[in-house]
Amino acid sequence: MLTREDVEKVAGLARLKLTEEEISEMADKLCQVISYVTVLDEVDVSNVEPMAHVADVANIFREDAVRESLPREAALDNAPKSDGKYFLVPQILENA
Amino acid sequence: MDYTTIIGLEVHVQLLTKSKIFCGCANLFNPDNPNVQTCPVCLGLPGSLPVMNRKAFQLSVKTGLALNCDIASFTKWDRKQYYYPDLPKAYQISQFDLPFSADGWVDIEVPSTGETRRVRLIRAHLEEDAGKNIHDESGRGADSRVDLNRTGTPLLEIVTQPDIRSAEEARIFLEDLRLMLRYLAVSDCEMQEGSLRCDANVNLHVEENGETIPTPIVEIKNLNSFRGVEAAIEHELKKQVKAWQTDPRRMGEVPKTTVGWDANRNATFEQRGKEEAADYRYFPDPDLCPVTITQEEVDEIRSTICELPGVRRTRYVSELGLTPYDAGVIVDQGAEFASYFDEVCVTCGDGKQAANWVTQDVQRELNERKLEIGEFPVSAPVLGAVLKKVVDGELTIKSGREVFATLLSDAGDGTRISAERIDAIIADKGLGKEQDTGKIDAVIQAVLDRNAAVAEDVRNGRMQAVGPLIGQVMRELKGADAKDVRQMILDKLQG
Amino acid sequence: MSISELTTAELQSGLQAGTFSAVELTQSYLDAISRREESVGAFLTVCGESALSQAAAVDARRQSGEQLGTLAGIPVALKDNICTAGTKTTCASRMLENFVPPYDAHIVTRLKAADAVLVGKTNLDEYAMGSSTENSALGKTRNPWDLQRTPGGSSGGSAASVAARLTPLSVGSDTGGSIRQPASFCGVVGMKPTYGRVSRYGLVAFASSLDQIGPFATDVTGAASLLEVLAGHDERDSTSVNRPVPEYSRSVEQPLEGLRVGVVQEHFAEGIDEEVASSIRAAIEVYRSLGAEIVDVALPHSKYGVAVYYLIASSEASSNLARYDGVHYGHRASEFENMVDMYAASRAEGFGDEVKRRIMLGVYALSEGYSDQYYLKALKVRRLIRNDFDAAFKNVDVIAGPTCPTPAFKIGELVDDPLQMYLADVYTISANLAGIPGISVPAGFSPAGLPIGLQLLAAPFEEEKLLRAARMFERETDFHTKVPQF
Repeated sequence: MLTREDVEKVAGLARLKLTEEEISEMADKLCQVISYVTVLDEVDVSNVEPMAHVADVANIFREDAVRESLPREAALDNAPKSDGKYFLVPQILENA
Repeated sequence: MDYTTIIGLEVHVQLLTKSKIFCGCANLFNPDNPNVQTCPVCLGLPGSLPVMNRKAFQLSVKTGLALNCDIASFTKWDRKQYYYPDLPKAYQISQFDLPFSADGWVDIEVPSTGETRRVRLIRAHLEEDAGKNIHDESGRGADSRVDLNRTGTPLLEIVTQPDIRSAEEARIFLEDLRLMLRYLAVSDCEMQEGSLRCDANVNLHVEENGETIPTPIVEIKNLNSFRGVEAAIEHELKKQVKAWQTDPRRMGEVPKTTVGWDANRNATFEQRGKEEAADYRYFPDPDLCPVTITQEEVDEIRSTICELPGVRRTRYVSELGLTPYDAGVIVDQGAEFASYFDEVCVTCGDGKQAANWVTQDVQRELNERKLEIGEFPVSAPVLGAVLKKVVDGELTIKSGREVFATLLSDAGDGTRISAERIDAIIADKGLGKEQDTGKIDAVIQAVLDRNAAVAEDVRNGRMQAVGPLIGQVMRELKGADAKDVRQMILDKLQG
Repeated sequence: MSISELTTAELQSGLQAGTFSAVELTQSYLDAISRREESVGAFLTVCGESALSQAAAVDARRQSGEQLGTLAGIPVALKDNICTAGTKTTCASRMLENFVPPYDAHIVTRLKAADAVLVGKTNLDEYAMGSSTENSALGKTRNPWDLQRTPGGSSGGSAASVAARLTPLSVGSDTGGSIRQPASFCGVVGMKPTYGRVSRYGLVAFASSLDQIGPFATDVTGAASLLEVLAGHDERDSTSVNRPVPEYSRSVEQPLEGLRVGVVQEHFAEGIDEEVASSIRAAIEVYRSLGAEIVDVALPHSKYGVAVYYLIASSEASSNLARYDGVHYGHRASEFENMVDMYAASRAEGFGDEVKRRIMLGVYALSEGYSDQYYLKALKVRRLIRNDFDAAFKNVDVIAGPTCPTPAFKIGELVDDPLQMYLADVYTISANLAGIPGISVPAGFSPAGLPIGLQLLAAPFEEEKLLRAARMFERETDFHTKVPQF
C-alpha cells in the first residue's frame, strides 16, 4: 500500500505542499481508493486495445492561417505579477 | 589510451509555418515585443484546446522522408509533464512511443579524412516549443521574466544514434542538416534566432585489456553556434580523456551529467544535477486525435521534395563535370541559387561555362549590389541565352561580359531585360563574333602592312611583339576572337 | 401561475405573442433570485444588469421586426466552469477566485447568437470534482426540495437554479454524472450529450475524454431546445464532431413506434434504495403501457465502471490541473522560499481537499512503474464497457434505469467518505466512459418528498431518440410539473 514516502514523492511530482497531518490523511484516503480499484485485476484484458479516445476519429487539422492574437494587456490581465510586458516569477535557479 | 569517441546529437528545429502548431497566432521570431503573439490556446488558459496545424504535419513528413526515415502509418501525440514557467500548461504536447518517423540516416562527407560517414537517426517527432525565460543576470536575485510569444511554435526533434565520431563530424552533420532543411523550406535553421537548437551527448568507449568500457555520458546544452558545438565537444572530449586517466569511471557508476557551454570562456560549466530523473508521466493527449497517413499521401509529399544538396553536388560533379569545389560553392548558396544555376546550365548547354559565370560574374554582382539571387535583374533564361551564344561561338567571352554589363546597366535604367535585348545590344555594339574569315584576313593584312617592322620581329621569333598587332586588329573588329586572330597572324607570318 | 413557473416553450410563445416582454421576463426571474437565492445559494455571480440590457436589446429588435434567435429573451444560467469573457469564471475554487477569461466558451457564443439572456454563473463542486456541490470553496448550495440536503453535483448550482425556478434553463457539465445526478436530486431534466456533440472549447477541463456540456430544464422540450443551440461542430475543439444538428425541439413530440427499452437487472441488485427501485419499476411499466418492448440487457463490465472512471478521470485531471501554478494566472501564494515552493504553496492554498486527492491519485496512476497497471489497464476495461453498450444497443433503442441509487443525501453526510460518494455514481459513470448520451427525467418522489430520477441511455448520436423516448414518459406523468415550496 502507499507509504508516507510514496505520498511525499507523489506530492512532489504534483507540486502540492502538504502538512504532516495532510500526508497521513492523504495516505489513508488514497489507500482506500487504490484498494478499491484493484478490483480491475480480475478483468481479462488480453487482446484488448486501450481506449484513449471514445470517438474513432483521426486526422483533425486546421489550415495554416494566421489569426489575431490577444492584445498584450489581455494576455497579462490575470497574471499574479507582471511588469506590463512580461510575466514575472521568482528567480529561476537552473534545474531547481 | 585506446578509445573511440561516441557522440549523439539531439536537434530541435522550428518549422516555417505561418501560424503556430495548435493555434492561429503568428509564428514569428519576435524577441523585442514580448507577449503579443499569444492567445488562450498557447497561453494555456483554462478551457483552451489544441488543433493540429496541417502544414506543420506535412513539413514534418517531408523532412522525415528527406532524412530517409520510415513514416508511421498511425501516429499520435502525448503529454510530457513537467513544471517550468515557460511551459504554461505544465505539459508539453510531444510524441512518446509512436512518433511520426523513425530509423533514418544522413551521409556526411568529412574533408579531413575524405570519408563518407553515415549518421543513423533514431527518430524525428513533432512537438510544441515552450516560451522564453529571461533570468536576472545581475546576481541580485530579481524576478525572472517570461515571454510566451514562442510557446506553441512547431518544433521538429531529430535524434541521432551515437554514430558521430568527432567534433568535426558533429559540426558537418549540423551544417548539412541545416542546408537540407533550408532546401526543403522546412526551417531556416538560424541558431542565433533559436530556430535550430542542439544538445550533444558525449562519452568514450575505452579499450582496455580486451574490454570495451563506456564512460559516463555528458550532455552538453546551451550551444548556440555550429563552431560552438565543435569547440564544446572538443573541450568535453579532452576533459573525459583526462578524467579517465586520473579517475576512471564507467557508465552507470555516475549518473548522466548535464553541462552548459560558455562560449565566452570556451569552457563547459556544470549545471546543477537533477536529483532524480524526471518522471514525465507520458500519456496520450485526449484533446488531439491521432493521425493516419496512406502510402499515396506519403508519395504525394515525397514528390514535392526538390533535389537535395547532396544529390545535386554529386550530379554537378559526375554529370556536368564541375569541380567538387565549384559544385559545393553553388549548392551551399541555397536552393534558389542552385536552381538559377540549373536553368542557366540547361539553356546554354554547358555546365562549366554556366558554373564560371554564376560563381564569379553573378556572385560578384550580387555581393556588390547586396542582392539575393531572387532579386537579381538578369534572370536565368536571359543569362542562359547570352552564354548559349558564347558556347555556340557567336560571342566571345569578352563580348559576352560586355553584353552582361550592358544588361545590368539597362536594368538600372529601368529598361526591360529580355532575350531580344541581347540581340539588340550585340547589334548596337558590334559585338557579334566576326565569322567572316575573309574580312578578318583583310584587316590582319592591312595591320601587318602598316606595321612591317613589328611583323618582321615576330617572324624572327619575338612572340611578345604579336600582342599589339592583335590589339590593332581587335580594335577594328570587335567581334573577332582574340585567340583566332593571334593564330591567323602567326600563320600569315610564318606560313 | 407566475411567469417563472412556465415552461420554456410557454415562455417562447409568450414572448412572441407579446404577452410579456423579455425585460419583464428577466426581471421576474431576477426577483425570484432575490427572494429565494439566499436559501438556495445556486449562484456565484448574478449578472442582473447585463441580463436586463440583453433583454432590452431583444425587445428592441423584436419591435423593429428583426429575425431573432430561438432562445431570444430566455434566461440561461451557466455553470461557473464555462468561460465567459469579462465575467469571473471561478470553477468554485480559490485558485481561480478572481480569474476573468478574455474569451467566451464556444457554447456561450452560440447562446449569444441565439439571443439568450445570460443571467449568471452557478455554483459547482470545485473544478467539477464531486457529487454534492459541497466541495465548492466559494459557496454553499442547497436542494430546493429540502434545504438540509445537497442538490447533488457537480452541477448542483445549475440544477438547483432551475428547480427553484430562478431561471428556466441552465447549462452544466457532466464528466461522471454531474448533470444527470443533480437533475435527479433536484427533480429537473438534465442531459449529457454524446461525447463530441457539444464543443468543449472554453469548458475548464476536468477529464478531457469524459467532459461534456449539457442542458438543464424543467421539461424535456426545454432541454431539447437548449441542446439544439449548444450542439454543433467547433473547429477549435479537435474532439468536436462534424455532424449536422437535428431539430431536437421539433422531433421531441413524436413518440417512437416499436420502442425497445432495455433494463439492466444488475441495477436493481446493488445498494439501491427501495423507494428508488419502485419508482423506476413503475416508470418501466409506463413504457410497457405505451406499447414498448421491455428487454433484459446485460452490461457485465459496468461493475468496474467506478474503478475505471476514477483512474481515468483523476489521471486526466491531474494533468489538466497542472497548469494552475500561480505563474500566468490564478492564485499565487504570498510566501515561499523559491520557485518550486511557490508552485507547491500556491497549489496547496488554491485547491480544496477533494481536488488535491484526485490530483494525487492521478499523478500516482500515471507515474513511472504504475501507469501500465492503473491508467493503461483502466483504458482497456473502458473499451470492454463500451463494447457492452454497443452489443446492448443492437437489441434495444434505449436503456432505462435509476439515475442514482438514492435520493438527495444530507449536507455533510458523505463529505468525509469520498469512496462512498464515488460509489453513488455507479449508474451514471459508464455513459461517460463509453461516450454515449444520457438523460435524467423526474420519475417520482420518495415518501419524504425527495425527487427520484429515471435515466435513459442511448447509442452515440441518438439524442433525438433519447429525447423522444423521454418525452413519451413525461407525457404520461406530471412529476415535472411539481415545484418545490420554500
